[in-house]
Amino acid sequence: MSSVLPAPSKPASSAPASVPLLARPEVQRVFYPALVAIVLLGLWQGLVVYFKVPVFLVPSPLRVAQVLVSDAPLLFGALYTTLKITLFAFVTATVLGVLVAFAFVQSRAVETAFFPYAVLLQVTPVVAIAPLIIIWVKNPTASLVICATLVALFPIIANTTLGLRSINPGLQAYFRMNRASRLQTLVRLRIPSALPYFFGGLRISSGLALIGAVVAEFVAGTGGTGTGLAYQILQAGYQLNIPRMFAALVLITVTGVLLFALMAVLSKWALGSWHESEQSND
Amino acid sequence: MSPAHALAATPAVEVLSVEKTYPNGTQALLPVNLTVAEGEFITLLGPSGCGKSTLLKMVAGLLAPSDGRLLLWRKPVDEVESSGHRLSFVFQEATLMPWARVQANVRLPLDLAGVPRAEADARVRDALAMVGLAKFADNLPRELSGGMQMRVSIARGLVTQPTLLLMDEPFGALDEITRNRLDSDLLQLWQGKKLTVIFVTHSIHEAVYLSNRVVVMAARPGRIVEQVAIDEPYPRTADFRVSTAFSHYARQLQDCLLRASGSDVEGALA
Repeated sequence: MSSVLPAPSKPASSAPASVPLLARPEVQRVFYPALVAIVLLGLWQGLVVYFKVPVFLVPSPLRVAQVLVSDAPLLFGALYTTLKITLFAFVTATVLGVLVAFAFVQSRAVETAFFPYAVLLQVTPVVAIAPLIIIWVKNPTASLVICATLVALFPIIANTTLGLRSINPGLQAYFRMNRASRLQTLVRLRIPSALPYFFGGLRISSGLALIGAVVAEFVAGTGGTGTGLAYQILQAGYQLNIPRMFAALVLITVTGVLLFALMAVLSKWALGSWHESEQSND
Repeated sequence: MSPAHALAATPAVEVLSVEKTYPNGTQALLPVNLTVAEGEFITLLGPSGCGKSTLLKMVAGLLAPSDGRLLLWRKPVDEVESSGHRLSFVFQEATLMPWARVQANVRLPLDLAGVPRAEADARVRDALAMVGLAKFADNLPRELSGGMQMRVSIARGLVTQPTLLLMDEPFGALDEITRNRLDSDLLQLWQGKKLTVIFVTHSIHEAVYLSNRVVVMAARPGRIVEQVAIDEPYPRTADFRVSTAFSHYARQLQDCLLRASGSDVEGALA
């Protein structure tokens, strides 16, 4: 806010109140992207109507919105299923990832022995192993959660490990000189130092958990739980119900954005007071 | 006269033929001998690479000597606590925890030692008052200036009530005006206590102003070349900085350093 000049006629002391609404950065942050969205949607609507594009190729935004409302019970039920798998996987990945990272920093030997397998986990495409997991694990929900967890796990492990190791050498020497125990060093030094990296990992993994859940549902297809958003997209594709496909897609995207935003808020709340990454550039 | 002379009986620190050679063959420090009396304020002065920080870290037990013996109150460094003495180390940087408020940063050594919270808090208040930061207990380090952060670091060093304070170029990164302020504040703190200080610096003026005795060191290889007593009474005022005695000592130390670096060049040519 301090970067915005007050209107010349007003005294400087009343600057915050006198700044025009649209000149405020926090309003701009919402307004500008919204403007782009309105223009693009308008253009899309206009083009579809003008060229009379058939609805089974590209539905207009209004049509998608109509379907979103008319098919709401079906779509939001599917969203609930996908979201449940995503959140289960995200929480599992976070807990597992943090535990693995703790093990890694306690001993170089453990890290050296197991890190390559963590990488293996990361580079193996989930689409390739999902069929196996779906065959092996009887419970369809559990198999989908495992797939999504595998996708979301690595960023948490890698970031948290990096964070737990990124401690100020001076502080480390200070702790050593004061004969701090391993536990004291972990709790008082390593964990706080790791938080910025950990939250970076959470942001990446929240999106990946959703992607993992959707991909696993696709692979499971009609053999899976048969209620997730990916299943709706598949079904809609078979039936050439393109508006519903778009509506499901919109729900997945919005969910992803909301998850990311939630992580950003969490990060700001935890680090806002002290870490450089969360300071406003005033 | 200076407190050192009054207390000279007990040696606080004895460095006996201590040397440091790194595994790659680099000689950081040739064998040196040094005795620091209890209550003395001594300065290790020298250019970078002269081993002054190495020596200080060995006294602190942060580095192990390659050879020689190091005694604190006639005991090995790791047994010093049993003699009822405590040492504190103040680093070149403030090395504060950026996520913790000033009081939590100062309380850290007490927390690590398991001091009960109420007692710890009282001691933190005292230490912060000593360095003039009582009002900033609830601030985060990033909200303070560099000089104030260094004060927090000194408060953290004093909160354990040490008898030996080791300071590794603590004010090296500060501007001269702030550094002079902190130097005179440090002298006041030292005079009020039975405290032995070993202070590392590369500033001649800082060395003269602060010390009972200046240990002049030279580089390549690191060694002690001379020890100069600063026989001036405390408290030392700002006037002392511009006195003829002060410039006399500064001149003497400068000559020492020049002679030492001269022999360094000859050594390189030989």
